[in-house]
Order: sequence, then C-alpha cells, then structure tokens
Amino acid sequence: MTDSIQPQPWKVGDREFQSRLFLGTGKFPSLESMKSTLESCGTEMVTVALRRADLSGGGESDPSADIMDFIDPAKFQLVPNTSGAMNAEEAVRIARLAANVGMPKWVKLEIHPDPRYLLPDPIETLKATEMLVKEDFTVLPYINADPVLAKRLEEAGAATVMPLGAPIGTNRGIETRAQIEIIIEQATVPVVVDAGIGAPSHAAEAMEMGADAVLVNTAIAIASDPVAMAQAFAQAVTAGRIAYEAGLATQTTTATPTSPLTTFLDS
Amino acid sequence: MSFVDTFNRLPDEKSPLLRRFEHLLESDVPLESLAADSQRLTRQYFGKTMRLFAPLYVSNECVNVCKYCGFSRNNPIFRVTLSLDEVEREARHLVTEGFRNILIVAGEHPKFVSNNYLRDCTARLRDIVPSIALEVGPMETEEYLPIVEAGAEGLVVYQETYHRETYAEMHSSGPKKHFDWRLECPERAYEAGFRRIGIGALFGLWDWKYEALALAAHTEYLLKHCWKASLTLSFPRLKPAAGDFDPKHPISDPDFVRMLCAFRICFPQVGLVLSTREPKHLRDGLFPLGVTLISAGAHTEPGGYTGAGSERVERKQKGRKVEGELNGACGSETATEQFTISDQRSAQEIAAHLKSVGLDPVWKDWDAELCRHE
Repeated sequence: MTDSIQPQPWKVGDREFQSRLFLGTGKFPSLESMKSTLESCGTEMVTVALRRADLSGGGESDPSADIMDFIDPAKFQLVPNTSGAMNAEEAVRIARLAANVGMPKWVKLEIHPDPRYLLPDPIETLKATEMLVKEDFTVLPYINADPVLAKRLEEAGAATVMPLGAPIGTNRGIETRAQIEIIIEQATVPVVVDAGIGAPSHAAEAMEMGADAVLVNTAIAIASDPVAMAQAFAQAVTAGRIAYEAGLATQTTTATPTSPLTTFLDS
Repeated sequence: MSFVDTFNRLPDEKSPLLRRFEHLLESDVPLESLAADSQRLTRQYFGKTMRLFAPLYVSNECVNVCKYCGFSRNNPIFRVTLSLDEVEREARHLVTEGFRNILIVAGEHPKFVSNNYLRDCTARLRDIVPSIALEVGPMETEEYLPIVEAGAEGLVVYQETYHRETYAEMHSSGPKKHFDWRLECPERAYEAGFRRIGIGALFGLWDWKYEALALAAHTEYLLKHCWKASLTLSFPRLKPAAGDFDPKHPISDPDFVRMLCAFRICFPQVGLVLSTREPKHLRDGLFPLGVTLISAGAHTEPGGYTGAGSERVERKQKGRKVEGELNGACGSETATEQFTISDQRSAQEIAAHLKSVGLDPVWKDWDAELCRHE
C-alpha cells in the first residue's frame, strides 16, 4: 500500500499551514470540551470572540473570562474576532486593544450590525480592513459572498477573504455556491468558506470547489460528540482538497456513450 | 409611526408569523414536540451555553402606585437609595461572585432616582463591569443619551400588561399610568443608542394568551424597526410582594412552558430570560429548553448583597416617613425587597448545575471597549 496522499500546505500571510480546517470556539458545552476538540482534529487556526476574553491586561487571568487559558498559543494560530462590533471604528478599537494585551496581530473581522442573522456590513468591513492593514495586522475579513467586495478587500491588503456559505449557525451548507465560485476563480489570496457549513459533506463540497480552507464552529460545538465530529470534518476537508488537487471530473449534462458516435473519424 | 399604531390594529391585523404563534399556544399542539423544537433551535443558535446576569437594585423609592408591586408608593415599606460608593460596593461583590453582566434596577422617582444619578451609577460601574443594562422608569430619548455615553448598553422595560383597561386599573397614579408612553419606550431607547433591549409582560394581570400575543407582536415590530438591537424577552410571573396583591389571571406551569417554547420557535434568535422568581425545579427543567439568559443568587432590595445603605433605611409611605419597626434581626435593618425570589441557589451553585447538564455558563459575553464613547 502506498503512503496516503496529503494536500499541499498553504499560507496565510507569511505563515504556512498544513490543516485547512479553521475552528471557531463558541457554543461548546464547556471550555474543556472545546480544548479537547481543538487538540484532536489537527486544526492549526482557531478564532476567539474578543468579547468573551479578558482584555483588561491584568496579570492574573479572570476566572469569569478565561477562554484563552484553554487555547495553547504554541499549538494554534490564534485569530481574535471582532464579533459584537457594529462598525469599523469599534472593530479597529477592539483589535488594537487585543494586540495591546499581547494577542497576535491577526484579526478575523466580523462586523455585523444585525444581531439576528449576523450578516456582515461590507462597507464597514472594507474600511476596517484598510485601517488595520496599515497597522500591520493580518486581516481575515468575514464577508457575504460578494466577488467585487472580495477583490476590493484583496486590493486593500486582506490576507484572506472569508465568504459565507449561509448565515452563521444555520448549518444550511453552501447556498452561495455560484458567487463563491466566482470569488475563488478571481482570488489572489486564500479563500476560506466561513459560516453555514453544517455537515462534513458541506465542507468537502467547499474544498472540491477550490476553497483553500473552511471555518466550522456550530456544527462541531453542538454535536453530541464534538471530538468525533471535528475529526469527521477534518477528514472531509482533506478528502475535498485532495480531490480538488487531483482534478475532479467535469460534470456534464449529457451522457458520454461508451461506444462513441464519432470513432469513424479516427479511421 | 410607532408600535402603538401596530398594536392598536393587532386584533384585526395579524401577520402569518403571529397567527403561527397563536396556533402554537393552543393546547392541541403537543407540548413535547414544542419542547423538542425549542431545544433544537436554542442549541443551534445559542450553542450549549447559558449567559448569566445579576440585578443590582439601587433604590426602592417610587412615585408610582402599582397595585402588584412591592415598591408601590402606597406601601409602607423600608426604603433607601444607595450612594455611588454603595452601588460600587454591591457591584464589586457581584463581580467577586463571577458576574460580568449587571442590570441596574430602580424604582421611578425624580428626586432620588434622577437621570443624573443613573448616569453616575453607570459611570461608576463602567470600569468594573463589562456589560451594564438598566431597568428604570421610561425616559425621553435625549435623557437616555448621557446614560448610553456613560457606558450602559442595555435597557429593559416591561409593559407589565398589554391590556389597556387592566393597565389603567393597575397603575392608578404616577408617570407610569401612561400606557402609550411606556409602549414606545423601547423605540426611544433604540434611538438613543442602546444595543440590547429587553421587553416583557408581567404574567398574572390579564389573560396569558392575550399578553403573549401582544408581546410577540411587539417583538416582531422591534425586530423590523430596531434591527440593530439584540432583543431579549422576559416573562415574569407575579410573586408575593408587599401589598398582598392577588393575581387574578395566573398562568399554569404547563402553559408557561408552552408559551416559552412558542416564543423560541417563532423567534429563534431572540434571547429568552428566566429570573429567580421561578422555583428551582422549573428553572432546571427550562434551562435546556429555550432560555438563554438567567439571573442567579439575586436580591431584589437595594443593598441586598452587602448590606450597603442599611443604616439609612427608612420606613416610608406616600413619600412620608411612617412609624414602624425595622424588619431586620439584631438591629440589622434592610430595605424591603420588590418580590420574593424562589430559586435561592448561589451563582456558583447555578453554574455548577449548568455544567452538570452540559451547558457552559458564560459570564462575560461583552466588552465595554466595543462601544466606548470617547
């Protein structure tokens, strides 16, 4: 038996990653459960909502906001997210604050003025990206699946673009497929499909389309067995990526006859 | 144009969502299936988590006469308004207990609970507590602005009853008697910049299905018109309090659970609040079903956590000092509570219980820096 094939490593900014599965850290039944899930699925990149973290910069960790104690910065690239920010000013302020208390200068921009569907504000996201890139942050903006916005963010210096498959927490899969295909086709930075991925098959679908990575949270955090579910996602992501790199057969709308109709031309 | 217009047309104009809500309240829909749907939606949208908050009563002085409320002006109760130092002392105690989300509660009194006082309370807590909300008498939009600037991001205002006639009967005197003024309060709060808005009805004053439908209509309206606000809904049931009010329209436990599930199913992303008014067994049963924000270890009297202000407590009725024994034992006077809580467990006991049923107690879910007003 030959060695199993691994997908190519990939880069965000100047850092190389093997895993193409990002994990979010909300909604888990306990921080212990979150920790064991992160550590069992091979993920290398983890997002954390700054509003849940202790940003006071004090010496001792706050027992009521100790989520960071459960994420080993030596094992994972920590990506603080700005969830809760309603505009660029708020997102930039909290990103700076996180950097000031010693968190990495990486930021997942989540700017959603609408707390119900958590859909990202494109205008404020572009503004915040421009501001934070100037301050040498590695910026990963969460966006609606808008190809023009993706290009504008790329030009502004975003390290990735993170289009949504469906609204956060809906588990509805890649409902924005046609738009994400255009984003992938045009992108010069990695494309990470974020939000709406509710099953490993959705993750595999995004990877087969050519996404560079996916971010999953709800589907893993609320599973009966988050560790097992995270591993299922990791395998699906790997399978989808290998399939993409191997070159998927093109889908056609007509059958291809096994006895072709035009062989007479060969004679 | 405000919710008042929509509310006035409500009996004749119900949206498809409200008709669905009404249907779910009917008893031929099996409760068990409602509970299953409610639980599934709650886990999907809120995860396996529970947010905690604590009320901090700063004053039980009140100019309103409300038949059901322990703080009613007509009740000869022990009253006090905490100084800013005392408010801070209470808050620091709650922080030690684990809380990072505090609700400042006060009676309505222009002298003791002035707008400036509430602004100063907020400013005092601003650097101690990451998340501050208020439950106080309704104000004008402009009056809220300094409080928002001082660092409050939530406002809670219950309509008490959506039934106009009952409202008039219950609130016979004081600024609270203006039904529409109160009904429009969440919209004024939104305009002033509050980001979390809590509404609710006090169950027991009028027919529960009527109240639930009106509250659902209010929710639907605010979701459309105040689209940037996070909404929370509360369903307090009347509890024994000073004045010995007897609720004429109690809602049974099964109906209460049915109603809560119906709200979750129709408004899956909205926060549902459950206070310590409810008894332990009911709270434990509801934690996994749809509730997302709970209080714990609560006191409903000013100074209740640390005894702050007890040396200044006075027995007052209709704004005047009256004679009477103080109610504490061994000379330790305490202010009168608004109502008696049922679930007496401490915050840490509640947190341990949540963990034991697979729910992560979330104390901090907001950072004041997000909306700091320079």
